[in-house]
Amino acid sequence: MDGVIIIGAGLSGLSAALTLAEHGKRCILVSAQPSERAQSVLAEGGINAAADTMGEGDSTALHYEDTMKGGVYLADPNAVEGLTENAPMILKKLTELGVPFNISGGRPVLRNFGGQKKKRTAYAKSSTGKMIMSALTDAVRRYEAKGIVTRYPHHIFMGLIMSRKKCTGAVFRDSYSGKQLMFHGRVIVCCGGMNGFFPEKTTGTTANTGDVQAQLFALGTEFANLEMIQYHPTTIGISGKRCLVTEAARGEGGRLYIMRGGERWYFMEEKYPELKNLMPRDVVAREMFSVRRSADTEGEVMLDMTGLSAEVWQKRLPDLRCEIKEQLGIDPADVPVPVREGIHYFMGGIYVDEHHRTSVVGLYAAGECACQYHGANRLGGNSMLGAIYGGRTAAEDILGSKDTVQGGEPVITEQTAASVKLVREISDILSSALGIVRSEDEISAALVRLDGLRCGGGLDKARLSLARAMLMSALERRESRGAHFREDYSKPDEAMRRTLIARCKDGVTELYFRELPERRAQHEGKA
Amino acid sequence: MRVRLDIKRQRDAQSAPYLQSILYESGDENVTLASALGDIDAGGFKDTDGREVEPIIREQSCLQKKCGACAVVVDGRPALACGTRLRDFERKGYVNVGPLRKFPVIADLLVDRSVIFSQLTQLGIWAENALPCPENTDDIAYEASRCLQCGCCLEVCPNFCPGEKFFGMSAAAAASRLLEQLPPSERRELEKAYSRHFYSGCGKSLACRDICPAGIDTESLMVNSNAAAVWKFLGRRKHG
Repeated sequence: MDGVIIIGAGLSGLSAALTLAEHGKRCILVSAQPSERAQSVLAEGGINAAADTMGEGDSTALHYEDTMKGGVYLADPNAVEGLTENAPMILKKLTELGVPFNISGGRPVLRNFGGQKKKRTAYAKSSTGKMIMSALTDAVRRYEAKGIVTRYPHHIFMGLIMSRKKCTGAVFRDSYSGKQLMFHGRVIVCCGGMNGFFPEKTTGTTANTGDVQAQLFALGTEFANLEMIQYHPTTIGISGKRCLVTEAARGEGGRLYIMRGGERWYFMEEKYPELKNLMPRDVVAREMFSVRRSADTEGEVMLDMTGLSAEVWQKRLPDLRCEIKEQLGIDPADVPVPVREGIHYFMGGIYVDEHHRTSVVGLYAAGECACQYHGANRLGGNSMLGAIYGGRTAAEDILGSKDTVQGGEPVITEQTAASVKLVREISDILSSALGIVRSEDEISAALVRLDGLRCGGGLDKARLSLARAMLMSALERRESRGAHFREDYSKPDEAMRRTLIARCKDGVTELYFRELPERRAQHEGKA
Repeated sequence: MRVRLDIKRQRDAQSAPYLQSILYESGDENVTLASALGDIDAGGFKDTDGREVEPIIREQSCLQKKCGACAVVVDGRPALACGTRLRDFERKGYVNVGPLRKFPVIADLLVDRSVIFSQLTQLGIWAENALPCPENTDDIAYEASRCLQCGCCLEVCPNFCPGEKFFGMSAAAAASRLLEQLPPSERRELEKAYSRHFYSGCGKSLACRDICPAGIDTESLMVNSNAAAVWKFLGRRKHG
């Protein structure tokens, strides 16, 4: 056995590697690019933990409730319990690793974030992801020097090694030399979201191609809730992509409005007097979509940050101000910024249980590629937390297992060069049906168009297959819940408060619902 | 917006490099070099000699100057392709694009920057024990943690040559975080490594400060780290 194989060197991959290494367990960290290039460095606003450093009477129980409610009760309650209970410990550990959070009096300062009534989001100005990644990369480097963690950057996933339906390893190709490498061991997939299915339309990186997911789907791995795609309310269009304007901008006092009858209409404040501009993202995005289409409004929805103090800009959001100045040529301290909804996060992905085991024995998934913690809508500040806790949980499960992993045959997907033209066609079709508001007619029409695409075999075929499963999932969930809003089924249906599984069997995609786990009593341990 | 891209290409590490000129037009006045290369990948482009343009091999990731993947040489200066606006070259009519020159070329604009990361391991940039939480926000640690490890500073540094004793600003920036955060009693090894691999070889040209695509104040980091690692007997206010 070579060690545990981690695919992806972003936040969840680093967290898994660090957990294993701290226990002396060898692991292999394989990624297409170094950690510095991972999407995790783009995370801006912060990480949630009910550390209650602001003296507001916050608790892990409230964090649990907000996360479940924000996800419209589609998440695994036991997994969320573990996430929220462990969040203060994770924040403490990050501080001990030297993440330069905003600190006052020796304790992290917490800020407001969407869908949460308490200040719960620890932050490092407006580059929290980069700060956490730098510290975690350094921490893992210590074990690289000791030979416990071995990095394989610039390596591309080609397939799994399988033995009697169990995963016993993985196969990679060195993108520099073309050389093929095989490693035996348990596999943790930490490959990020499926941005590659929506090029130029997401806030994420181009490096998260979705190719690993497509190959795992074609191999028969169960996926879940593929219809759950988060649109972040405040993004700006820049060359080649959507660029995030962190939720912290509203957490620090930014206000959304649109012009109506010659006056500013602060629609979120009028419609939601309690949380106002800080409602969960699905709600804000839907409201923006709606008011922009209203006959009596004019122009774009604007994010007004002109009321933020000089101190907030300097100490809490300096990078955001620089970015907007550079990208749009305007100073957000002086003028409101036009914003639109943009694809930001995939709540759905590879199905995992609360230990992050997938449907394939020996194969784990963590981070954004896994369907865990966020239900139908992720709360801001919970993604980095979920990535760190998820990577750690998968690693701990492996540390606790005794059976050895050996043998098996490689099952490799033919690595057809991804056709940029095909990728763009798939993106156009998916975008036509998987927007903020969806309908059976649009989804059905998209499925017909998708079936009309010509492609070869291998990776292209796998991509098409997973794209089809996304559309089928959106069609099958005949209700509105969180990020999935169907104008033909505009209410949540309690009977559908279940996980929607998609699986490719003998080349055919099948869908089925699976009951959510019951919440255990608090004194009971993990299942 | 119309500009000619003169791109230095190379099929693989063993092949001879050649120049390929491509006329590129866009209705987007903010279009970046990174986006233009993406459009060219989608196909349908011919070079000025009428040959079809094959996809240009390179690294890219975030497209918003936060990851350092797409560092290339633009008109002789290192820069991130995603931070390079083609409108800046419209009057001139063309722009030269090539791979970073201090690293081995794998193909086209893709270079092997692994020396950047192996230097960090060699320098020993990590903490053996839990770091103490400061009383207030640590701006030096924040600034140091912003480094993209893109290699632009190494490209322009007159003192850096891969494989030699001097590691350059990318390693010094990462070291700055821990020189700031580690208690003096726990940073002896890092101080020695910093002095050996950075302080003693830095000619203080400060080219790194001017070129850094993240705008990191490398001078401040140096001042702080030099004080911690070299002028330690004078002490610093924080640990003094």
